[in-house]
Amino acid sequence: MSIMSDLDRQLSNEPPNFHQFNHLPADECGEYSSDPIGFTMADLICADNLHKSFGSLRAVNGVSLSVGAGEVVGFLGPNGAGKTTTMRMLTGFLDPSQGSVSLRGFDLAAEPIEARRAFGYLPEGAPAYPDMTVREYLQFIARARGIARRDISSRIEAVTHRVHLRGVMDQVIETLSKGFKRRVGIAQAIIHDPPILIMDEPTDGLDPNQKHEVRELIRTMGSTKAIVLSTHILEEVEAVCTRVIVIAAGRVVFDGTPVQFEAMAPASVTRNRMDHVFRQLTVAGAEVDS
Amino acid sequence: MSSSHAMSPWRVILRREFRSYFSTPLAAVFLVVFLFMAGIFSFSMGGLYQRGQADLRSFFEFIPWLYLFLAPAISMRLWAEERRLGTIEILTTLPIPLWHAVVGKFLAAWFFALVALALTAPLWITVSWLGDPDQGMIIAGYIASAMVAGFFLAIGAFVSALTKNQVIAFVVTVVACFLVLLSGFPLVLDFFRGWVAPGVVDAIASVSVLTHFTSLIRGVVEFRDVVYFASGIAGLIIATTFVVDWRKSI
Repeated sequence: MSIMSDLDRQLSNEPPNFHQFNHLPADECGEYSSDPIGFTMADLICADNLHKSFGSLRAVNGVSLSVGAGEVVGFLGPNGAGKTTTMRMLTGFLDPSQGSVSLRGFDLAAEPIEARRAFGYLPEGAPAYPDMTVREYLQFIARARGIARRDISSRIEAVTHRVHLRGVMDQVIETLSKGFKRRVGIAQAIIHDPPILIMDEPTDGLDPNQKHEVRELIRTMGSTKAIVLSTHILEEVEAVCTRVIVIAAGRVVFDGTPVQFEAMAPASVTRNRMDHVFRQLTVAGAEVDS
Repeated sequence: MSSSHAMSPWRVILRREFRSYFSTPLAAVFLVVFLFMAGIFSFSMGGLYQRGQADLRSFFEFIPWLYLFLAPAISMRLWAEERRLGTIEILTTLPIPLWHAVVGKFLAAWFFALVALALTAPLWITVSWLGDPDQGMIIAGYIASAMVAGFFLAIGAFVSALTKNQVIAFVVTVVACFLVLLSGFPLVLDFFRGWVAPGVVDAIASVSVLTHFTSLIRGVVEFRDVVYFASGIAGLIIATTFVVDWRKSI
C-alpha cells in the first residue's frame, strides 16, 4: 500500500493502518531478558491498552505502545490530547484506570520499585526544589536513587559535564534561568544512567541555542536508550526522533517514522508538510488547505 | 547501582527536608517566636516569681497552646509545597517506597520542633539554679511536650497532603489540633457531663491531647499515655501515605 493511499484512507475517515512498521505491536511485547545485552532485543517500555478517566472526562482511551533501545519516540498531539496523562501513566505517577505498563520487564503496578529504577523522568516544567543548589539537589536525587556514596560525586561530575551545568553547581536553583533549570531537570533524570528516559516537553521555553543543545544530547543518548519525549515542535521530531506517535482525543492516530509521517502529506503540499499531516490527523474534519 | 553504602531513603528525605527549614528565614522566625513565647509564658504569665517556686510547671502547661499555632506552621509546607512546585511528580516516581518519603518528612518536621524545644534548656537551667525543682517531673514534661509536637505535626502532615495551598493547610491544621486538644478541656467535659453517659465523657476525654498531656506532665509517664501519642502518630502517618498516593496528581 502506498503512503498516498494511506492519507486517502485518513481523509475518508477510515481507520489508518497502525503498527505497520518495524516494531512490535504492544500486545506482542517481547519477553524481556535480564541479560544486559538483551536491552536491544526486547522492548524496554511496554504499555498495553492504557485508559484514564478523570470523572466523566476520558483523557486517555486505549493507548498501547512499545519502545525498544535505540528508539527516540516523539510523542505529538494537540494540547489536552492526553500526552502528559500518558507519560504520567508510563512513570507510575498516575495509575491507569485500565491497562498496564511494564518497564524493562518489570510491571509498574506489581514491582514499582524495580520498574522505577529503570527510567529517568523529566516532568512537565522541569520541577525542582528552588531553595537547593544544583549540587545539593543532584546529591539528593543520587542518594534517593540509592547510588553508592563513593560513586555520587563521579556521577554528578559526569552528568553536569554532559548537560553543561558546571558553572552553576553552587547556585541556588531559583536563581537559575529557564534553560539552566531545564538542564537541571535533565541532569536529575539521567544521573543513574537509566535505560529508559521519559521527558515531557524537554525543550519547551528554551532559546534556539539551548534547544539545539538539548536535542544533540537526546540524539546521543538515543543510540542506546529507549526515549519518549513529548513536544509541540514538529521540527524537533525531524531533528531527533526515530519514530513519531501522534495522539488525539486520547487515542493513537499515527505510529511510524518521521519520513513516513511527512510522506503522508500530498505531493501538492510543498511547505510545512509535517504541520499539514499533523492537522489532518488531529483536527476532526480538517480541510486540506493546499 | 544500589549498595549497602547507600543511605536509607527515609534518611535521605529527612535530611533534605530538615535542611530546607533552614534555607528560608522561617526557621529563624519560628525559633525566635517560640523561645520568646516560652519565656513569657513561664516567667510573666505563669507567675514564676509570684508563686515563689522554681519549676517549669507553667511552661509545660502552656506548651500545647503554643504548639497549636507553631506546629501547623512547621507542617503546612510538607506536602502542599511539593504539589505546588510539581516536585511531587519526581519524588513519587523515585525508586523508593512512598512511606519512606512520608516518614522522612514527618521526622524532619518533628526534629525541627525538638530543636526548638531543646533551645528552651536555659529555662531549665535557670529554675535549677534558682531552686530545687523535681528533675523527673521536668524530664516528663519535656517528653510530653515532644509527644504533643509529634502528634500535632502528624495531623499537620496529613492535612498538608490534602491540599496544594499552604495557608489552607495551616488553618485546617490549627482547627483540627484545636479540636483534639479541646476535647479534654474541663469546659467541654463539663458540658457533656450533665447529660451523656459517664462512659461517653470518658471516651471524649480519652481522645484528648490535653488529658494525656496533663497526666504526663504531672510526672507520671504512664504506658497508656505514651501508647496514645505513639498510636496517634503512627495512624496519621499511615493515613498520610494513603492520601499522598491517592491524591498525588491532583
